[in-house]
Amino acid sequence: MTQVPDVLKGLLADKKAIIVSKWFHNLCQEYPDKTVKHLKSGKSQFANPVGHNLRQGLDGIFDQVLEDVDSENFRLNLDRILRIKAVQDFSPSQAIAFIFILKKLIREELQGQLDGEVLYKELAVIEQRIDNIALVAFEIYLQCKETIYQLRIDEVKRKCAILERINMLNQGPAAIEYEGSTQ
Amino acid sequence: MAKTPKPDQLLNIDYNPPKTGWMETPVDFRPGTWCYPGKAESLTTVGLPNPRKWSPEDEDWKLPENWKQIIMDGLRERLERFRSLKLFMDICVRCGACSDKCHFFIGSGDPKNMPVLRAELLRSIYRKEYTTAGKIMGKMVGARELNEDVIKEWFYYFFQCTECRRCSVYCPYGIDTAEITMIARELLNLIGCNIDWVVTPVANCYMKGNHLGIQPHGLVDSMDFLIENIEDITGITIEPTWNRKGAEILYIPPSGDLFADPGTFGIMGQLMVLHEIGLDYTLSTYASEGGNFGLFTSHEMAKRLNAKMYAEAKRLGVKWILGGECGHMWRVVHQYMDTMNGPADFLETPTSPITGTKFEHAKSTSMIHITEFTSDLIYHNKLKLDPSRNDSIVATFHDSCNPSRAMGLLEEPRYILKHVCNNFYEMPDDTIREHTFCCGGGSGLGSDENMEMRMRGGFPRANAVKYVHKKHGVNMLTCVCAIDRATLPPLMRYWLPQVDVCSVHELVGNALVMEGEKERTENLRFEPLGTEDDE
Repeated sequence: MTQVPDVLKGLLADKKAIIVSKWFHNLCQEYPDKTVKHLKSGKSQFANPVGHNLRQGLDGIFDQVLEDVDSENFRLNLDRILRIKAVQDFSPSQAIAFIFILKKLIREELQGQLDGEVLYKELAVIEQRIDNIALVAFEIYLQCKETIYQLRIDEVKRKCAILERINMLNQGPAAIEYEGSTQ
Repeated sequence: MAKTPKPDQLLNIDYNPPKTGWMETPVDFRPGTWCYPGKAESLTTVGLPNPRKWSPEDEDWKLPENWKQIIMDGLRERLERFRSLKLFMDICVRCGACSDKCHFFIGSGDPKNMPVLRAELLRSIYRKEYTTAGKIMGKMVGARELNEDVIKEWFYYFFQCTECRRCSVYCPYGIDTAEITMIARELLNLIGCNIDWVVTPVANCYMKGNHLGIQPHGLVDSMDFLIENIEDITGITIEPTWNRKGAEILYIPPSGDLFADPGTFGIMGQLMVLHEIGLDYTLSTYASEGGNFGLFTSHEMAKRLNAKMYAEAKRLGVKWILGGECGHMWRVVHQYMDTMNGPADFLETPTSPITGTKFEHAKSTSMIHITEFTSDLIYHNKLKLDPSRNDSIVATFHDSCNPSRAMGLLEEPRYILKHVCNNFYEMPDDTIREHTFCCGGGSGLGSDENMEMRMRGGFPRANAVKYVHKKHGVNMLTCVCAIDRATLPPLMRYWLPQVDVCSVHELVGNALVMEGEKERTENLRFEPLGTEDDE
């Protein structure tokens, strides 16, 4: 991946706190109002694990946007957020949307300073990196979903193994009842 | 399967969807968030009304024609019977202390999982029907009409509460949302809206004596299989008896532990302990279930299913009952059994024949949990233990909801663990003991079709385990609940695959030095028994 140009890197590093804060605010706004209050409450990581992990994850991803991408840490930070969103009431597009919002936030924050052609070119590098992060996010999100599906398959297989173990299959069709499905 | 958005929807991804008030926010029965409804034949078996084939995804839930009357009559009856319900309906001051304490709210971000709002789902109907302000001012005072959408909402949210009672710990009035959930589920039962993961085990337990519906020979065969394993590992032959009249003690483990790993390893450990001390006990193929899914159905059903424990104890002429490693069994025994099925005046105060300890707190129920029994044995040095056999395990203890918040079973499992395992670390204070987080699958929600929901609900617990895993290298999550042993393994696989799950007595079995045993080279899972010295 192309290295982030120094001028922009410096600018963004200075503005990290405010950008990540706005980014976190945006992410929280995806939840109902009563929940937003809880997520932003600043309570301990055990009382507010979702808020804590979202915040830490965004912090980590922002650092990765500026630095050379360390793929392990980078994936870990994305996983922190996406693993939660994958099991909540978000569609896939809603779950990943937060990554693209970063582009908007950076532009807003650098508004006054983006008057040179050079900086615009540098911004394109950053935005390309953010797009690449989004591509990785799709993969991670799907891995989380696949784990859920595999867990379901394994539960059903486990039930079958238990039934076999107690020889219920030998007792005829009436005994072969899996958990009721109307689907 | 996820629905592909239409082109115009694709261009209009709303990063911030419109916010609606809780009464205006409809329920979305997405796959993964709800449990399959109860099978008609299971309802018929136990006499529950309105058996039929239906799905929460259908528009028409095929409710009885007079469903509204049934619900209102049912609510009225329960308000008269249960003073606690009347109090809980009236006394909430919306202080918000409970609001962020429910693991389902924390994990899902859905405000209707806040205990205060969950109770409002029922309270709003109560207010409309029973309070003057509610009748006149309606929505302004949080009152609303009962309609089918409300029933759908009840089904969605009262089968998202695991009756763990964490909220009640923080409520200044002690409002027990678990009781509200129990009542709501009773009301839903009256019109035939229940889940199969509760109702079919109930029907099985009613007909065959245990939740899995295993017939006597199946139970005995399964136990024989475990006994063979014990013999392979230790060289010792254990011969438990079944349905033996005149035995001193009736031992009733949860049936899941006979068949499902890792509970099977726990039962092996328990059998080894009971053999080693020469306890005079019998199992029963009739009272073959320590658990009681009737607790998740209704008061009447809990009583009905629990009755067989005392009936069998009387028939066999035992002195007292020893329960296995089960969570909600403890709650039923400790909080309900005496009122439901007592007095057990044909039984005695449980007294350990090995140590002489009289378990006075169980004077009236005559039933104790095996961790109370084993911790007492260890306290009196009646078991020879070599904890170094568990050195490859770095353990933490998950307080199951029912033992911890149904009062009392906090120290005994820990005492045992500290004597059988050299590496034990507690999770943070606000996540253990009375503050413990639920596994996300309790009270009958441990099925596979609601896996997403379980992962949400279990996230706070998994988050705490992750902390001790990172800090201390914890690789084993121990517990004393059979439902936990079924629900925590997938939870760990999703959030923290480096951590495994086991019962407390599995570690006891590993550490137990038995008289006449061969040299132990394997643990109860047939894995090489490595100590730190071997590395």
